[in-house]
Amino acid sequence: MQRIISYDTVVEQVAALCGKAACDLSADVKKVLFSAKERETTAMAKDFFDQYQENSKIAESTRLPLCQDTGFAVYFIELGCDVKLDRSDIYSAVNEGTRKGYGEFFLRKSIVSDPLFDRKNTRDNTPAIIHLKLVAGDKIKIVLAPKGGGSENMSAVKMLKPSDGRQGVVDFVVNSVVNAGGNPCPPTVVGVGIGGTMEMAAILAKTALLRELGKPAEDERYAELEREILEKINASGVGPQGLGGNVTSLAVQILHHPCHLASLPVAVNLNCHAARHAEVTI
Amino acid sequence: MIKKITTPFSAADASDLKAGDQLRLTGVIYTGRDAAHKRLVALLDEGKELPVDLRDQFIYFVGPCPAPPGRPIGSAGPTTSYRMDAYSPRLIADCALRGMIGKGNRSKEVVDAMKQHKAVYFAATGGAGALIAQCIKKADVVAFDDLGPEAIYRLEVEDFPLTVAIDCNGNTLY
Repeated sequence: MQRIISYDTVVEQVAALCGKAACDLSADVKKVLFSAKERETTAMAKDFFDQYQENSKIAESTRLPLCQDTGFAVYFIELGCDVKLDRSDIYSAVNEGTRKGYGEFFLRKSIVSDPLFDRKNTRDNTPAIIHLKLVAGDKIKIVLAPKGGGSENMSAVKMLKPSDGRQGVVDFVVNSVVNAGGNPCPPTVVGVGIGGTMEMAAILAKTALLRELGKPAEDERYAELEREILEKINASGVGPQGLGGNVTSLAVQILHHPCHLASLPVAVNLNCHAARHAEVTI
Repeated sequence: MIKKITTPFSAADASDLKAGDQLRLTGVIYTGRDAAHKRLVALLDEGKELPVDLRDQFIYFVGPCPAPPGRPIGSAGPTTSYRMDAYSPRLIADCALRGMIGKGNRSKEVVDAMKQHKAVYFAATGGAGALIAQCIKKADVVAFDDLGPEAIYRLEVEDFPLTVAIDCNGNTLY
């Protein structure tokens, strides 16, 4: 049975998501971030957690964004096969919603039209990045994860050898996060993609950031790997803002995928402590 | 112990600060990030006067959100500082810039210039843009208006929370 959804509804819902993701820390992030203060011992490190909490309260009440870098608008969309828009297409609707949301909520426009030569601001934060998946059903699920430059710039992909194995993965992820120091606004959330191809590993790493914070991987072997990597990262002492402390990362979240017998791709994608994400199902 | 500081800031003032000091800053500061720094250094190369006198002043690495109605500025937290490393030594040496406010570590060249000319690097809290916006009482564009969020703003701040990340003797928290 085909379901017709209006283009304007998608635009409105996407615009609202832009404001929500920029101003409201999600419940899972609040829980993990605010309780992490207890693990710090110095006045300076504790003070940062107080500032994160205060910042979240101010953003909620004033609707000023949590962070001035309101990011690249990255969407993960599950589009039901039985859905048809009444006009145009999903890509146009999501871009129009982004344009509307970034304008109406006074979010920063951070996208330049050409990466190398002109670097001219498009002034409406489009084009968005849209990862589209076709699924069964008659609904559209839209997840927005706005991505700031500071944390995104610290991403890394490496094509390990199968013989590098588990230890190779641990070393690569820990080094990537520790070398990033204070740049990605620690305490970070560490998304890790293992397997697939080069681009698949990168998409897995970003998708892993969307998992509910604090929820371990379903496969116990990967859950154990997440715990070990997190422990090693936090033993580094990088700490909040990179200025020293016990909490460098809040969580390590791994997704894995079958891969070629000659390969072991690994990707790391970091989120800052706000780990912004918001979703809606239409 | 939280110290209160104000701008302008002399070399002697800089010498009183140690890495790890927690501060609240009140006074005038100037914003500047990638594109503005590039232009400032280009003006110095051409032997021209800068649109702002940076002597004993602080530059805050920030590209704020647009100001909603009734507010001086939108969310305004620090951006990552290493992208300004290519330009900062020149502003410290040629213009007597006294302080930089940002997030993340700096290069050896920047720290060497800081030691030689008594400048300080302050960390603002990355991701606390809404909180920091509350400390900004007034914001006026003073140069490079065409750069939008990357223009140079003159900000009047009150009790802006900062940490001395690298002091003028090169001691560092990183």
